[in-house]
Amino acid sequence: MDNSRRKFLKIAGLTAIAGIAAPTAFNSLLKGEVHASSGEASTAGHGGGHEAAPVGKRYGFVIDAQKFAADPGLAPKCINACHSVHNVPDFGNKKDEIKWIWTETYAHAFPDESQYKRNEALHTLPIMTLCNHCDNPPCVRACPTKATFRNPDGIIMMDFHRCIGCRFCMAACPYGARSFNWRDPRPFVKQENPEYPTRMRGVVEKCTMCYERLAEGLMPACAEASKESGGIIFGDLNDPASEVSMVLKEKFTIQRKPALGTKPSIFYII
Amino acid sequence: MYDKDKIIPGLIVFVGLVTFPLWYGFGGGGKLPVPEKPTNSKECVMPTAEMRTSHMVMLNQWRDDIVRMGGARLGQTADGTQYIRSLQKGCMKCHTSKKKFCDECHTYAAVNPYCWDCHIQPKEAN
Amino acid sequence: MIEKALTGDSRYWTWMTILLVLMGVGGACYVQQFNYGLGYTGMSRDVSWGLYISQFTFLVGVAAGGVMLVLPYYLHNYKVFGRITILGEFMAVAAVSMCLMFILADLGQPMRALNVLLHPTPNSILFWDMIVLNVYLFLNLVGGWVMLNAEKKQVPPPKWVKALIYISIPWAISIHTVTAFLYCGLPGRHYWLTAILAPRFLASAFAAGPSLLVICALVLRRYTAFDAGKEAINKLVTIITYAAILNFFFVGLELFVAYYSQIPGHMHTIDYLFFGLQGHDDGIMYNNLVLPMRFSAFIGIAATIALLFPKVRESYTRIGWLCGAIFLSLWIDKGLGLVLGGFVPNPLEYITEYYPSAGEIGITLGVWATGFFILTILYKSAIAVKLAKEN
Repeated sequence: MDNSRRKFLKIAGLTAIAGIAAPTAFNSLLKGEVHASSGEASTAGHGGGHEAAPVGKRYGFVIDAQKFAADPGLAPKCINACHSVHNVPDFGNKKDEIKWIWTETYAHAFPDESQYKRNEALHTLPIMTLCNHCDNPPCVRACPTKATFRNPDGIIMMDFHRCIGCRFCMAACPYGARSFNWRDPRPFVKQENPEYPTRMRGVVEKCTMCYERLAEGLMPACAEASKESGGIIFGDLNDPASEVSMVLKEKFTIQRKPALGTKPSIFYII
Repeated sequence: MYDKDKIIPGLIVFVGLVTFPLWYGFGGGGKLPVPEKPTNSKECVMPTAEMRTSHMVMLNQWRDDIVRMGGARLGQTADGTQYIRSLQKGCMKCHTSKKKFCDECHTYAAVNPYCWDCHIQPKEAN
Repeated sequence: MIEKALTGDSRYWTWMTILLVLMGVGGACYVQQFNYGLGYTGMSRDVSWGLYISQFTFLVGVAAGGVMLVLPYYLHNYKVFGRITILGEFMAVAAVSMCLMFILADLGQPMRALNVLLHPTPNSILFWDMIVLNVYLFLNLVGGWVMLNAEKKQVPPPKWVKALIYISIPWAISIHTVTAFLYCGLPGRHYWLTAILAPRFLASAFAAGPSLLVICALVLRRYTAFDAGKEAINKLVTIITYAAILNFFFVGLELFVAYYSQIPGHMHTIDYLFFGLQGHDDGIMYNNLVLPMRFSAFIGIAATIALLFPKVRESYTRIGWLCGAIFLSLWIDKGLGLVLGGFVPNPLEYITEYYPSAGEIGITLGVWATGFFILTILYKSAIAVKLAKEN
């Protein structure tokens, strides 16, 4: 082959590759999507005590387990409120199971805590479990497409259109908060809420702290369902005047697996 | 050329098969789609020509803007009418029939968007 | 070169037909999975990765193992490996191809796979794994093919290809390190959360990869005129033996840390893998991996010890069986135990056991068959060149 022709082909080939790759990479940089996890949260505090100075909003919950113990109907009410508004399917089997919020026993929700010689009531105490909307979320770190990401208000979001279903986030979540659509969920949604989509098979889903309701000035569905009893209190953790902040100041609360440094936004009154 | 008597008829058959869709529909073009227009309003969120060519781009932008960038949920048309930037809560409130609106063109153009795998279409009155 | 894959005796065609049938079965199963969703497999909410990802992990190791031929030959001018280096490079090509197929088979939305490129995410290890694997595939395919072509034409290879081959050496280490990072960077998965995971992956890779190479070389010796040579096989066996010893040493370190520290999270999965783990609430003993894992440990350690004896190594048949035993042992350990065990117990300390579905096994076999199909074609081309030169 003629030398100059070979050279030309080489250059043309390289240009073509660069031409295909560069715009997509550039676009996503321009869109400002590079910061997948929150910058201010990355400084880990020793013993989980010292958090970075709060910047902006950070939504969170305080969950009062005693309120749920006092009223056995409260947990199903919250779960139903969430699952019906978000078209969460019910497959009736454990293999396909999808859940956004559910009850756990104390031992399973807090596996690092001891129950030895503790109050008998602890064994049956219902703990509402859901996505912890961590300030330092391992799932967001793991996601290869930014399909799950941290909103500036602290909500760990899901973009169901972008998820490729690799389930890396499910392996990364230390709270078992994520579910996968192992099959088409549509036939298993009991009563469709026409105001919210369902999901398609092959994507991961979880609690999104009702970002769509917050945008309309509503409370998250679970918090609203337990409003009268105060079982789930919702608000901005960074606002010292919010109800959650007041409760947190007053009561002793715990978080799930604080030693992992994920900084959950969900607190429990036991 | 060797095997002329096999190669040439073979080529003719091949070209014929490959171009089958072209000459099969030649001159006809089929029945043009007539999407049903809403009765409750005269204008859409963008001019009809733009909507026709790039409604899917707009839907993608709405989603990225709302889900990822905390964008506004409400939009405004040129003459000031407010609308919800949402397929289910916006578009389908005026275009109440997926069958008579969306499917009309999508079927004609043989495109199969997967919107409805997740989004819930309005209940169709039979 | 590649046209040589179209000629062969009846044994060759029987082998290729078997592979094609398995590929067909795998393809048919995949169509079903594609239409139904990943619920087609035995995976569940608690064990969210199964056979596909575990095969992927194991095969990254096999791919990296090829470097055990490339490194001594190109860096240390160890001439004995000269004739078989190409086998190592082409095995890496086949293994990485399988890895990519397993990843694709495991995606819930395979049509969106290119989102990984469309929205590059440097904080995700999967993003880096995608890069290192594809580059490694390219390095080995181009490096191997160009060297082979030069050999066929009896001209010196172009200089740039040497650069690719030198890069491929640290790159082999990187693919398995990054693959280990997929696991060992996840908080709350105690079995994976250990700094020794990457070294352990590499040690098992440098035993498993060369074991498969030895088996391939012995098969070629038996059915073709291509002989890798006694010295080359012997050196490979030495490499395998020491890599396997390192692997079992690393496993031993894990056992010590878990059982001497007595931290429950560190012991749970190891208990589950070797002794069975009792459920919190139901009291049931879950132990479906105990038998395979004990078997794996036994044959792995026994074969490694046997290979230490020069007398044992005198027979090619014995070497073949022992390398097969080590390969199988490491496949069970990494291709089953590591990934599946890591999900038991789940983060809430529930136990869900995983059994692959028939269709899932079909797809898995199909991918393996495709890998061996690629391997056979590449080896056929390579051997044709080598034999033509020698005659």
